[in-house]
Amino acid sequence: MKTLIAISLQVVLLALLPPLLLGIINKTKAWFAGRRGPPLLQVYYDLLRLMKKNVVISSTTTWVFLAAPLVSVISVLLAGLMVPLGPMAAPIHFTGDLIMFAYLLALGRFFTTLAALDTGSSFEGMGAAREVTFACFSEPALFLVLLVLVKLSGTPSLSAMLLSASHVRIGSTASAALVLAAVSLFVVLLAETSRIPVDDPNTHLELTMIHEVMVLDNSGPLLGAQIYASSMKLLILAAFLLHVVLPLNPALVGRDWGIMLAGLVAVAVIIGAVESLMARLQLRFVPTLLVAACLFSGFGFLLIL
Amino acid sequence: MNMLMLIIVALGMICSGVPGLFFHRRSAAGQRLGAAINVAAAAVGMAVVLFHDILPMAAEVWHPAGALPMGKVALSLDDLGAWFLLPIFLISALGSIYGLGYWPQRKHPADGRKLRLCWGLMSGAMVLVVLAANSIWFLMAWEIMALSGYFLLTTEDGKPEVRQSGWVYFIATHLATLCLIAFFVLLRVYSGSFRLWPTEVAGLPAGPLAALFLLGLIGFGFKAGLVPLHVWLPAGHANAPSHVSSLFSGVMLNMGIYGIMRVVVIAGRPPIWWGVVLISAGVLSAFLGITWALAQRDFKRLLAYSSIENIGIITTGLGLAVLGLSMNHPIWVALGLGGALLHMLNHSLFKPLLFMGAGGIMHGANTRDMESLGGLAARMPAVFRLMLLGSAAIAALPPLNGFVSELLIYLGLFYTLHGSTAAPWIAWVIPVLAMVGAMALMTFVKLTATCFAGQPRTAAAAGAHDPDAAMLGPMMLLAAACVLVGAFPVLLTGLLDHAIAAWVPWPQSPSLAGIFNFWWITAVAVPLLIGTAGIAWWIHHWRRGVREKGVGTWDCGYAAPGRRMQYSGSSLMQTMAWMFRRILWRREKLPEVRGIFPPAADYACNTPDPLLDRVAEPVLKKIGNILESARILQSGAAQLYMLYILLIVLILLLIK
Repeated sequence: MKTLIAISLQVVLLALLPPLLLGIINKTKAWFAGRRGPPLLQVYYDLLRLMKKNVVISSTTTWVFLAAPLVSVISVLLAGLMVPLGPMAAPIHFTGDLIMFAYLLALGRFFTTLAALDTGSSFEGMGAAREVTFACFSEPALFLVLLVLVKLSGTPSLSAMLLSASHVRIGSTASAALVLAAVSLFVVLLAETSRIPVDDPNTHLELTMIHEVMVLDNSGPLLGAQIYASSMKLLILAAFLLHVVLPLNPALVGRDWGIMLAGLVAVAVIIGAVESLMARLQLRFVPTLLVAACLFSGFGFLLIL
Repeated sequence: MNMLMLIIVALGMICSGVPGLFFHRRSAAGQRLGAAINVAAAAVGMAVVLFHDILPMAAEVWHPAGALPMGKVALSLDDLGAWFLLPIFLISALGSIYGLGYWPQRKHPADGRKLRLCWGLMSGAMVLVVLAANSIWFLMAWEIMALSGYFLLTTEDGKPEVRQSGWVYFIATHLATLCLIAFFVLLRVYSGSFRLWPTEVAGLPAGPLAALFLLGLIGFGFKAGLVPLHVWLPAGHANAPSHVSSLFSGVMLNMGIYGIMRVVVIAGRPPIWWGVVLISAGVLSAFLGITWALAQRDFKRLLAYSSIENIGIITTGLGLAVLGLSMNHPIWVALGLGGALLHMLNHSLFKPLLFMGAGGIMHGANTRDMESLGGLAARMPAVFRLMLLGSAAIAALPPLNGFVSELLIYLGLFYTLHGSTAAPWIAWVIPVLAMVGAMALMTFVKLTATCFAGQPRTAAAAGAHDPDAAMLGPMMLLAAACVLVGAFPVLLTGLLDHAIAAWVPWPQSPSLAGIFNFWWITAVAVPLLIGTAGIAWWIHHWRRGVREKGVGTWDCGYAAPGRRMQYSGSSLMQTMAWMFRRILWRREKLPEVRGIFPPAADYACNTPDPLLDRVAEPVLKKIGNILESARILQSGAAQLYMLYILLIVLILLLIK
């Protein structure tokens, strides 16, 4: 019964929570800029509005363009079912699910970039090129983080290793490794969800175009699906990060759901703060940043060998 | 009985091109007959292999009445060999059907018959390579395979670049055979017999054992295309007809892997450094292979380099299994070897699919340069769907087959982190493989997008069309197999476990199904497939309502975007090309800007194989110049050559 509640809670949160995180980020940015900013639930309103709208589709595109946003949603949703949002194991958990998790995210990327190139626009092509290029550096960083977690927990399963990462004693070598892995993971999160300093989610202008420019030709429900998928990716990676950082205790389920939710809000605020306080990096330095992320988790792994 | 069937199958395949020789040079009958023989032989062969568990035939030896001078004919088949037979049968049959549409005798009266004769010879010889239980027979089958392969690669021998790449292949395959002859001679010396697999050389000192391993690794590594022995592979694959490329890439490279798999267990428990060498060679091949693949403009060369990457991944898995043997970790053995074998089979499914798709594009647009294509998705919808599926499979995306085998190898590498004698240094391979995976995704996004997406860049691409059913049929079958293996890998676990048991020199072999629950893959793959099907249904019913006629891509206000302005494949990998410029070692001609009003300038860049272009060719040229002096012996008179033979035999007799 308890597992059933946990699973349904996870599914509900996974489905409903993502746009809220974007709302919090936007509110934080507005606060830093001294504005009042859009309401917290603005992204929900935007999504509802987009769902009702009609779609304009370029005559150059094929079915891939239509399919990509939906494939993104499905693959991110399935990946999300593998990361425990709360203090209980995720609905899908098995030995080796961490690889499935990484490659499900890659499936979304495959279709999104193809759809961008499908339009034949060089702007969108540029976005796609940057997305796949940066992934070549963020993927090793993610796997190095996974290495640290597998080494610490002794099991190659996301739920088990994320939940046991919470038991590490503060001040031990393992906790130092986790801190390094968390830094690395935070950079991966910023890159994968197209935030500053890697990408600017507010604009698709030439200098910053990665994610926003890839979905430039999307409109109506298709655009909504893309926004929804990328916000869900943000939620999943944020929950992943929180499990590495927060000391949770599966015995205190009620308390820890609260801690996790508060943590998600905190991550959103931190992302908002980073976006407000930092400038976007020059594009040619983005791989350098990601390599630095690899090094952080690589040193973390060295610590616990 | 089963062995007799397999021998008949192999002979049938070998002879499948012969009837065609007696038909008129423009008659299609011989070709159809040849394809029919191949398909029938493959069907019988597959049936024998798949039901091989029910009707056991452990190491049957066939003794013909009159023994040959080099010993009796010995053929045998174990479960490991059976696994290697499957792709041979499948691709040989599907390729010959594909050939009906791709290389019809009517359009290729000059070389069609030669191609089919060698096709049969090569497929049959590969079956015999797997069956051979005697080193002499192994080498003979090996040479038939290698030489008929040469004639297949040089099908269009009128073109200079084909002759050039054939020549490189010829040198490489001879070097490989030289190493193998040395290997088998040493094996004969130490084991005392020509008997093969398993051989008994246990208890050898380290020196000879190392020599055996290195000779075997180099000899078979040439065939498999491990870096730096891959130099023959890219140009060879690119210049051959596409179904020949698919036979080479999907099946012949496996023979190299087969040899390496047999070599590493010649002495029971292998030394640790063998596994280290294999993993290093595998990771190096995977990384360099995919980096070079990414830089290609010619889509067939791209596919060839991606084969090097995949062979690298397979070798990494095998290396892990070898380490598992040396360090006594059954889990590493099961996941490493299981992953390697499954990835090999998967590569034999999606790589031929992609090569056949590439053939379809060449058939439609008549070019191998992807920068002059584009917009083919609307013109060749069937080939587009199949290539997209093949690309997703080779980029190891769920729910397709490439993912399953890569998962096994990754998981095996993760398992090196714990256990009583953990060896965490192996796990550093994981981030490199992750990067290779991301680059593979990039490579295949580039391939599909540049060929199929957007608008046609040239008139040739604009006039392209889907090929006929003879070409599409085999591709659909391969695509279906990719989905089936990807969603229901549990179908193959029985065969895999048997193959692992045949390889492991332990009395008890680890079971893959006991380590990893394959049903979880199905549990994720099925919703993904249902979701995709739902999307397809929705698109089909929904798109008509909203697509507004005459609305183009948003051009950001620029009034005259041209087709040539689309993002090209080269621009897609521009950043990577710059970062990996030292690995790619491209030949670039930069424009020279001079004066206040600079004249028109041009820029050229091509990516030849760096090792062939900068290392192998110059070195070989030097050696060739030195050896020029030995030309004195080469008078051209047959009598003189006979005299040499006489003298050498005489000297050998005297020594004895």
